[in-house]
Amino acid sequence: MADGRGNVLSIRTDEGIVFELPLAGPMTRFLALGIDLCVTLAFNTILSAVLKLGMAVSPDVFEGLLMLLTVVFHFGYGMLMEWFFRGQTLGKRLLGIRVVDVQGLRLAFSQVLIRNLFRVVDILPGFYLVGGVAMLLNGRYQRLGDLAANTIVVRERSAFQPDLDQVLPGKYNSFREYPHLEARLRQRISPEQAATMLQALLRREELDLEARSELYAEMANHLREIVPFPEEVSAGLSDEQYLRNALESLMRRRGVQE
Amino acid sequence: MILDLERFVREERPYWDELEERLGRLSKNIEYRMDLLESQRFYYLYRRTASDLARIQTFAAEPALRSYLEGLSVRAYAEIHETRELPHRVQPLVWLLHTFPACFRRQIVAFAVTVITTLAGCALGGGAVYFDSTAKYDLLPFGHGEMSPSQRVQEEEQERGEHLEGQKTRFASMLMTHNIKVSVFTMALGIGWGFGTLVLLFYNGVILGGIAVDYIRAGESVFLAGWLLPHGSVEIPAILIAGQAGLVLGAAVIGWGSSAGLRERLRAVGADVMTLILGVMVLLVWAGIVEAFFSQYHEPVVPYALKIAFGSLQLFVLFAYLLKSGIRRAVKEDRGHG
Repeated sequence: MADGRGNVLSIRTDEGIVFELPLAGPMTRFLALGIDLCVTLAFNTILSAVLKLGMAVSPDVFEGLLMLLTVVFHFGYGMLMEWFFRGQTLGKRLLGIRVVDVQGLRLAFSQVLIRNLFRVVDILPGFYLVGGVAMLLNGRYQRLGDLAANTIVVRERSAFQPDLDQVLPGKYNSFREYPHLEARLRQRISPEQAATMLQALLRREELDLEARSELYAEMANHLREIVPFPEEVSAGLSDEQYLRNALESLMRRRGVQE
Repeated sequence: MILDLERFVREERPYWDELEERLGRLSKNIEYRMDLLESQRFYYLYRRTASDLARIQTFAAEPALRSYLEGLSVRAYAEIHETRELPHRVQPLVWLLHTFPACFRRQIVAFAVTVITTLAGCALGGGAVYFDSTAKYDLLPFGHGEMSPSQRVQEEEQERGEHLEGQKTRFASMLMTHNIKVSVFTMALGIGWGFGTLVLLFYNGVILGGIAVDYIRAGESVFLAGWLLPHGSVEIPAILIAGQAGLVLGAAVIGWGSSAGLRERLRAVGADVMTLILGVMVLLVWAGIVEAFFSQYHEPVVPYALKIAFGSLQLFVLFAYLLKSGIRRAVKEDRGHG
């Protein structure tokens, strides 16, 4: 079962597992399209330069070929890229978005073909106005081609592995002396909360001193309330250091392959 | 509840690795099919990984692990729940002799509707020009209103096809790309409950009927048949098949008599729409070649009788192919499934 509300497509499997796929917005998709148009333009320029060499021999044949190949590439580029690179063109790859089946199933070639052919309607009357309006009216940001092909475009989940050396650069984490408390911390802090704390630490230099102190104090106090570590390891730790220790305990690599 | 995360990962990781390896094998070789034992093992691994994900989702602050298991489960889910035929190696001859005509026959009702709609348009266009000869100035494109049919015939016959010398390939390319774009457009308009497709087919019919009556009234029916039949006997059915694809799409959007949801209905017709539109493209490439290299030659260069015979034979062969090709194979497949 798929539910596309709130910029996220949720797929609930028969086993009761929920996957969440963040939807790509119209602006990101438009930028990806821009990149792909540049690729198409570059291909046409190269093709035209190459075929011009042959025009000296037979202008008719080579001009006809140029006309045909331009159209074939215009439609074929998106189709072949999305088929062979699992829903990604160069533009989509650069912007970290991907075409997927609306129910999380494998992308079929018919879906790739239909969504790309539908560009002839989505592009009308110019600048993808029809497609853009359809996307804004649709909770899943689907243009007409996506609706017909049962596809959506999602943002790829980053496979980012936090650089914990940055969080706790070469220092001993005193929280490690209490593995049961670390385990309790992992139970009680959600992945979203942990990710927010990580961002707060990674963006340290971007924050004003006052705002940073206030934010770190609030986060550290929250952690202290949830899982209080004994005085002997927490006393004397600044809010920021408390936060770093806790985060290192939360995110330490478990040996999972990337 | 997981008490010891490290132990949990240590114990479960071999299963995740095995699932990942099997998924990699499936994605590398699109023709790979699992036997029963492999399928059972795959399903077990999927259930186990999904269950691990459920456990990790409820308690642990492990975004990287959660993301990894989510990705693994999504891929396995797609393999387990996909019921459509797996992609296989492209077999152009099988597709041409079996898949495309079989698909055409399966959706023959939609084709009948496109024929009726176009004929209705022909009747209106033909009637308008018949009862009011000035109507052609408003109805007909391509400069048909600017000169009488007899003047056009005289001009075409005097040119002896020389006006296209040195530009036939370009002309053929232009015809192919233009007609393919129009066909794709005709198909795509089907998303609007099929209404856009019907309007376009009707409009095409109006033009066709208008031109036909204009030439027949001027006594130029032989020229008209010799001019249109060689390429039109493929081009017009191709446009009708594009309309057929549009109506299949439109019918799926409307969903008459179907209890399935819109997404399921569209999913069900996706392969047929693709097959029909690909077939249209093949037909239009042929029609473009014929129109550029043969249709533009008239008497005295090529006798009209020859052009009419060629066009009529082509029309007969096309419909014999669409209605009969691959029937034996389809019957065998049905028996096999039965």
